[in-house]
Amino acid sequence: MSDVRISTAPRASSTVLSEALPPSFDESSLVRPAVASAENLVIAASDGTELVHGVSVAVRPGEAVGIVGESGSGKTLTCRALLGILPAGLSVTGGAVRIGDQDLTRASEKTWRRLRGTHVAAVFQDPASYLHPAIPVGRQLEETLRITAGVPRRQTRGRARELLDDLGIRRVDLVLRQRVAELSGGMLQRVLIAMALAADPAVLIADEATTALDVTVQAELLELLKRLRVERDLALILVSHDLAVVSQVCERVQVFRDGKVVEAGATSRVLRAPGHPYTRELLSAHAAYGLERYLA
Amino acid sequence: MSGDGSVLELDEVSVDYGRVRVLDGVSLMIRPGEVVGVVGESGSGKTTLARTVLRAVAPAEGRVSVAGRDVTRVLGAALRAWRRSGAVQYVFQDPLRSLDPSVAVADSIVEGLRIARVPAADAARRRAAALDAVGLDEDLISRLPSGLSGGQRQRAAIARALVVEPRLLVLDEPVSALDAASRDRVVQALIALRDQRGSDLAMLVISHDIGSLAAMSDRLVVLNRGRIVEDGPTRQVVAHPEHPYTRRLIDSVPLIHTPSANRP
Repeated sequence: MSDVRISTAPRASSTVLSEALPPSFDESSLVRPAVASAENLVIAASDGTELVHGVSVAVRPGEAVGIVGESGSGKTLTCRALLGILPAGLSVTGGAVRIGDQDLTRASEKTWRRLRGTHVAAVFQDPASYLHPAIPVGRQLEETLRITAGVPRRQTRGRARELLDDLGIRRVDLVLRQRVAELSGGMLQRVLIAMALAADPAVLIADEATTALDVTVQAELLELLKRLRVERDLALILVSHDLAVVSQVCERVQVFRDGKVVEAGATSRVLRAPGHPYTRELLSAHAAYGLERYLA
Repeated sequence: MSGDGSVLELDEVSVDYGRVRVLDGVSLMIRPGEVVGVVGESGSGKTTLARTVLRAVAPAEGRVSVAGRDVTRVLGAALRAWRRSGAVQYVFQDPLRSLDPSVAVADSIVEGLRIARVPAADAARRRAAALDAVGLDEDLISRLPSGLSGGQRQRAAIARALVVEPRLLVLDEPVSALDAASRDRVVQALIALRDQRGSDLAMLVISHDIGSLAAMSDRLVVLNRGRIVEDGPTRQVVAHPEHPYTRRLIDSVPLIHTPSANRP
């Protein structure tokens, strides 16, 4: 173990960081410690079947890391391990999970509850399923502000307004009064992002958070995530099956397949010179069916 | 009167659901052999457009003609007879809407021919041609739909539509439910079909995914809030969109090399 913090980063990404920095790369982030990391993470079912075979992911403040892979690649399980919410019957059987400087590999649910929302938070594909259908979304956001962020009851309405306003929602008071069925998918996802950010976490995980949305709404939300990342110095882990989505936002990308990281590096390098056949496959599918060939 | 030169003609078609107008003065013509992609987001009216061509909804205004026949007001037995004639065939997002889960795929594919009393040898010949056209292995079709992958099932559903030898194939989100690899196989099958059948088969492909539409369509039609805002050759619509909505739509598509924010 070296005494430099970067040693806690996964091997693959630390070599790439030194070899190919994107032009806009902020060198100060090299010395800032990771705010969340999985190191050689192994996840297995209770019968011993291994689903994730030693993957490493680390994200620093203000940094956006993309995780690309199809369903079953282990991308979502890795994120769930970083949130302490592995599905029943699955557990971390090797490697380590760290949030900030804490090792949470064997942490209790009580410890995780203290960290979720305040240190690490997440949004997923189907925002409606995380909200109560009969209660106005504003009340649910206020509840989160009160419980997770400890905002005094009298101030929750004001904080909820500020948060939604900050997320680019125009008719804030109307939205706060509305229920799930009255809001579009994009609006619901903004409300979920507001809830995730209520207690000002250091890390936001967005797992296929824009997949089910219209492409114009997806573009707005990706812009929003980019802005939040800069304004809040937020560490962002963006998970998608679509390499193009990740390449819009993230300066580093990791490609997952069958529970392993098959490619990791600066996004610009991975797009220019993919090292793994699977990454090349993803890129050639885009070349064949993307709009790129008309816009070159 | 629709000209002999079209397999589908929508003339100023409007459709209302209650008091809401979901299609508003839509005019669209498809010529023999043409592959037309209709792109639309939620609420654009694209599903209603498919249902209108299927005559599952009746237009409040305008006229729908298929292969030169005005079907706008066809009802009841005449509508069923028209559907059985097979000039138009449909492929849905979920192939299990056209493949019976309890019947071997081979039998589902020729079901329409059996009902139309096409001789078995002829049906088998047409099935072989359709399977070849969609690139589906003949060994697979003795299985039930559950024994096929999503992409194979969708290609089987396309084969089922093809054996009837329609002049127009309407595909509603044909690849949206598939994973990337299966999607590419189905898109390839549709491109091959377009190239093989030439003017014998026209296709209307409806989707939210402009990328896969652009890959297979000669023409792109952009639907926004129930209206067609743009209709032109694929290359022109993608590279030089005229309507502000089309521009926003295309600018929103994540490209692999240029971050969208940096695009003009």
